[in-house]
Amino acid sequence: MGSIRLEQVNKTFGDVTVIPSVDLDIDDGEFVVFVGPSGCGKSTLLRLIAGLEDTTGGRILIDGKDATDTPPAKRGLAMVFQSYALYPHMSVRKNIAFPLRMAKMDKAEQDRRIEQAAAVLNLTDYLDRRPGQLSGGQRQRVAIGRAIVREPAAFLFDEPLSNLDAALRVGMRLEISELHERLKTTMVYVTHDQVEAMTMADKIVVLRAGNIEQVGSPLELYHTPRNLFVAGFIGSPRMNFIEGPEAARYNAHTIGIRPEHIAVSADEGTWSGVVSVSEHLGSDTFFHVHDSGLAESITVRAGGEVGFRHGDRIFMTPREDVLHRFSADGLRLA
Amino acid sequence: MATQQSRSAARWMMAPAVVLLLGWMLVPLVMTLYFSFKQYLPLRGGDLGWVGFDNYIRFVTSSAFWPSIQATLLIVGGVLVITVGLGILLALLLDQPMWGQGIVRILVIAPFFVMPTVSALVWKNMFMDPVNGLLAHLWKFFGAQPIEWLSQVSMTSIIIIVSWQWLPFATLILLTAVQSLDTEQMEAAEMDGAPLLSRFWHLVLPHLSRAITVVILIQTIFLLSIFAEIFVTTQGSFGTRTLTYLIFQRVLESQNVGLGSAGGVYAIILANIVAIFLMRIVGKNLDA
Repeated sequence: MGSIRLEQVNKTFGDVTVIPSVDLDIDDGEFVVFVGPSGCGKSTLLRLIAGLEDTTGGRILIDGKDATDTPPAKRGLAMVFQSYALYPHMSVRKNIAFPLRMAKMDKAEQDRRIEQAAAVLNLTDYLDRRPGQLSGGQRQRVAIGRAIVREPAAFLFDEPLSNLDAALRVGMRLEISELHERLKTTMVYVTHDQVEAMTMADKIVVLRAGNIEQVGSPLELYHTPRNLFVAGFIGSPRMNFIEGPEAARYNAHTIGIRPEHIAVSADEGTWSGVVSVSEHLGSDTFFHVHDSGLAESITVRAGGEVGFRHGDRIFMTPREDVLHRFSADGLRLA
Repeated sequence: MATQQSRSAARWMMAPAVVLLLGWMLVPLVMTLYFSFKQYLPLRGGDLGWVGFDNYIRFVTSSAFWPSIQATLLIVGGVLVITVGLGILLALLLDQPMWGQGIVRILVIAPFFVMPTVSALVWKNMFMDPVNGLLAHLWKFFGAQPIEWLSQVSMTSIIIIVSWQWLPFATLILLTAVQSLDTEQMEAAEMDGAPLLSRFWHLVLPHLSRAITVVILIQTIFLLSIFAEIFVTTQGSFGTRTLTYLIFQRVLESQNVGLGSAGGVYAIILANIVAIFLMRIVGKNLDA
């Protein structure tokens, strides 16, 4: 139904190569998240799949058929844009109906699909309003509604939650995940937020400078990052990297240890340092530790009730079974 | 502007400007009204006293009145249709990325800088002259009999000349509107399967509606009073006598200030009727 396959896809704008060469398989029904820092080419890659940009080389197959030169409307994909891209002068109903009207679908079927989508997305009461009269979250749902009614082979989301406030973002994240569970349609989702990637994805594609750094399930990426970039990008707060003699003790150029894998104590441990800042979140406390002789700052997570203050000397013990070792060129050592 | 003192200071400082503007508007208006109730013939006896509504009745019952209204509305309507229609097309074209965009845009805007009298003369002598005009040569090149533009199709000619002058204005306003169209919306419509024409009809045109309203309102105000183009071309003959031109003829050619003033009052009324009418039709676009 909705499998997408990229074969050596590349894209250059003038002299600038945005995507050198990408091979990727997206299976039917999968929720795939493209994640990476801004400017890594993730949006371009999505637009290539959508057909809004032409590929410079390579092939795009949708459902096994070559769609490289197929116009966007004929690819059977629906896209939700970052700005929602609703049509401001049309009511919500007309916005959602627009793709159906363009497909010259008969009126009764149009109405049936609109009612259904509106019910799924809690938009029934707002069908006669204009987008300008809706809140950010409602606009977001209208944009999704406009995508759903087409019953596409796959949904493409381009940073859909970045214009929402933090609380709403969490809510919409859940709604999109639930929608995926219900529809079982392939979804490709672009974000720079690794929390969104971790929570929603079946499969995460980490991109840097147009190259795929690693593809895998959220936990695979968390437990076995292939290189320093992925290790630093996935997980929050980010992993601590330690170089020098301490790393050499583990036969590595760099070792990485996540804040949640370090135990703290007031009187004994492998490493010691001085607490610079402690952030109390209630459930957790994060300590930023200086003067440990390992790295400029080590971040440690402890329970909410651990109460070290600025200036306290503390001791830290890493869990050696979850210590990550990297070679000089940044690759993971087995 | 918060304290009592600063508010009253502000009033005093604004007063000269307000008085000047009011005087500028009120003095001519009151004088027009004053003369419109008088029999005033500067070369044939001067001020001959009050005549009540005689001037108003004579102006409307004159055989030239209704044709002049018709001519005025025809010119305004014709120019509006041409400038808005071509303006949208040009704006869409100029929005496309192309080489030498800056220069092309300046060239398109250039006619607006030419004075109406000059542009009308250029058109009259260089394009529409039945013997030496460029258009006459073009007709002859194809073996056709050149058209005597300003006498045979005088109305069309004047509409062409005025449209040429106002097209840059319309294009400029519409271009800025086209440029503010959200590209993601267009892409969304493309993904929704809307072909080019549907995208124009369902997205571009509604987006431009406000700019079109502005163009129509501003142009109507100026077009109701066009004068120079008629003065230097047809002199009001061949059915091109607009209301403005009729008033001019009454005052200066017939030397009847009272009758002309009454015509002026009718012109004010006509302008207001058209304005209200337009506001009703298109004004609601400005609210949204």
